[in-house]
Amino acid sequence: MTPRESDTVISAAAGTNEGNQELRSRSELTAKEVMREVGAVLRMSEADAALLAEVEADPGEDQTMIINMGPQHPSTHGVLRLMLELKGETVLRCKPIIGYLHTGMEKTGESLTFMQGGTNVTRMDYLSPLNSELVFSMATEKLLGIDGDIPERAVWIRMLLSELNRMSSHLLFMATNGMDIGAVSMMLYGWREREVVLRFFQKVTGLRMNHNFIRPGGVAADLPADWRDDVMSILDMLPDRLGEYDVLMTNQPIWRERLQGVGIITQAEAIALGATGPILRSTGLAWDLRRDMPYMHYDELEFDVIVGSYGDAFDRYAIRLNEIRESMRIVRQILDRVPRGDYRIQDKKVTPPPRARIDESMEALIHHFKIFTEGFKVPEGEVYVAIESPRGEVGCYIASDGSPTPYRMHVRAPSFVNVQALPHMMRGGLVADAVAVISSVDPVLGEVDR
Amino acid sequence: MSTEASTTPATLHGCLLGDSRGQAVLFVPKQSYMSTMKKLVDDGFEMCVDLTAVDFLTHASRTLPDSVAAERFEIVVNLLSLSKRERLRVRVQVSESDPNIDSLFDLYPGTEAMEREVFDMFGISFAGHPDLTRILMPEDWQGHPLRKDYAQGRIPVQFKGAAS
Repeated sequence: MTPRESDTVISAAAGTNEGNQELRSRSELTAKEVMREVGAVLRMSEADAALLAEVEADPGEDQTMIINMGPQHPSTHGVLRLMLELKGETVLRCKPIIGYLHTGMEKTGESLTFMQGGTNVTRMDYLSPLNSELVFSMATEKLLGIDGDIPERAVWIRMLLSELNRMSSHLLFMATNGMDIGAVSMMLYGWREREVVLRFFQKVTGLRMNHNFIRPGGVAADLPADWRDDVMSILDMLPDRLGEYDVLMTNQPIWRERLQGVGIITQAEAIALGATGPILRSTGLAWDLRRDMPYMHYDELEFDVIVGSYGDAFDRYAIRLNEIRESMRIVRQILDRVPRGDYRIQDKKVTPPPRARIDESMEALIHHFKIFTEGFKVPEGEVYVAIESPRGEVGCYIASDGSPTPYRMHVRAPSFVNVQALPHMMRGGLVADAVAVISSVDPVLGEVDR
Repeated sequence: MSTEASTTPATLHGCLLGDSRGQAVLFVPKQSYMSTMKKLVDDGFEMCVDLTAVDFLTHASRTLPDSVAAERFEIVVNLLSLSKRERLRVRVQVSESDPNIDSLFDLYPGTEAMEREVFDMFGISFAGHPDLTRILMPEDWQGHPLRKDYAQGRIPVQFKGAAS
């Protein structure tokens, strides 16, 4: 293959390094640099940062130690790498280093049509793929100006899948959180329960994960005839299992010892850092986009926003556990309200013709071909749409130039922002708690790096 | 963008307030970026949920209000007011010859990583940023991948006898 002249920049990939992205040892830094770095990384006030920088003016290298955690550490949920500066067992500084899973998905998104875009965004947050698809579809629909015309059945199906996805994502959190803390049986239980939900997804969408089911204009297919029975069996099974979790973990002294008071973040800090989702709610602020800036039909449903009071890892665990219960409550209400009708908009522009029409109509065949090869044109403009994913606010910013591909497609990934709160939660804690803190943030690295 | 020049264009803090598909957009000149953002913080926009950029190299003819001169880059900041339940999007034009803008780190510490990402992906520098290094790409990477003149990578597919 002869490289195009514009491809040359890419060939620099061999033998790359992180260099300045890494945490440097204090002997290499001047006091001023430490203060700035500490202030930046730990987001402390100037005075606090100066205090910490001063302490470090004298010590020899043997007093503090920089250790590397990850990117292959099993508790880093993928390829998150943390550099920790330790004094004894206390974490002084911490810096997350990300990018190991960066695959340029936002760049890829610029060459995929709006029709194909779902396959791309669904791979970002691979634990709640339906929410990523949903926010991408909603942004596209807003650009097209059809966001108010989506058939009712499609909207309710989207809500159903979004809530079930929230349950499956939080169930996996229960599993990984348990595993990180040492409750290995919890890992098996969590995966087992999540699999039940994924089996329903497989029945509906054909895939366990990365569904590409929610598409601009509606959803890809109608629900199977007996979907209510399947959902009911999930709802019947889960309450007892969640009760078991309470026995196994919530009320258990070792579990509480391990999580309470660990990784504390205050409300002001969480807001300043832009942290959303269970992290923000654990500080006592009842902020949930489903209730506070409702989209779809969430304003017609009854549910509670779960908040914590201490902002610690235990609150974040308890919030997610109870959010599963709230999602079940929402799903129960959705069950009764999914109307009959179309599952996608009957707008010729964005919807391919039904399969049967292709056999009898030349126009339908051409139309079908055009939509899948060229895609549909989206008017010029830019929008930002945000919804509540299990991890916080997932937003999609699309700038369109009137062509069938987004001119720029940016996903505001909640994990990317939440991971930046890690140094703050870890400061002054024990290195043994680092694992519990990472786990409580529940980052998905596919979404952090995109 | 439906920012038609009506009789009296809406303004906020002296900046043009536009509308994009029903969402409020504030066009802030680069020189008054920091001062306007400070006023917006006082207005109750406590949280900066997102900061990103767009490279309009191949779409220079985009629709903008008359008083805004199009530049190659655009910084897009999405603000959120938790108390008023409002969103506001700030768009700032940044020129190709001087890809430089003030950092929001002092106002919104959470933008630290987002600005690093924009620096990494677009090569726009943020004055006053405490730790402006690459975040997603390796430190010795050349070029800024999300710029429009940066080619998309591709996997060579070899067909027998076909010119590649």
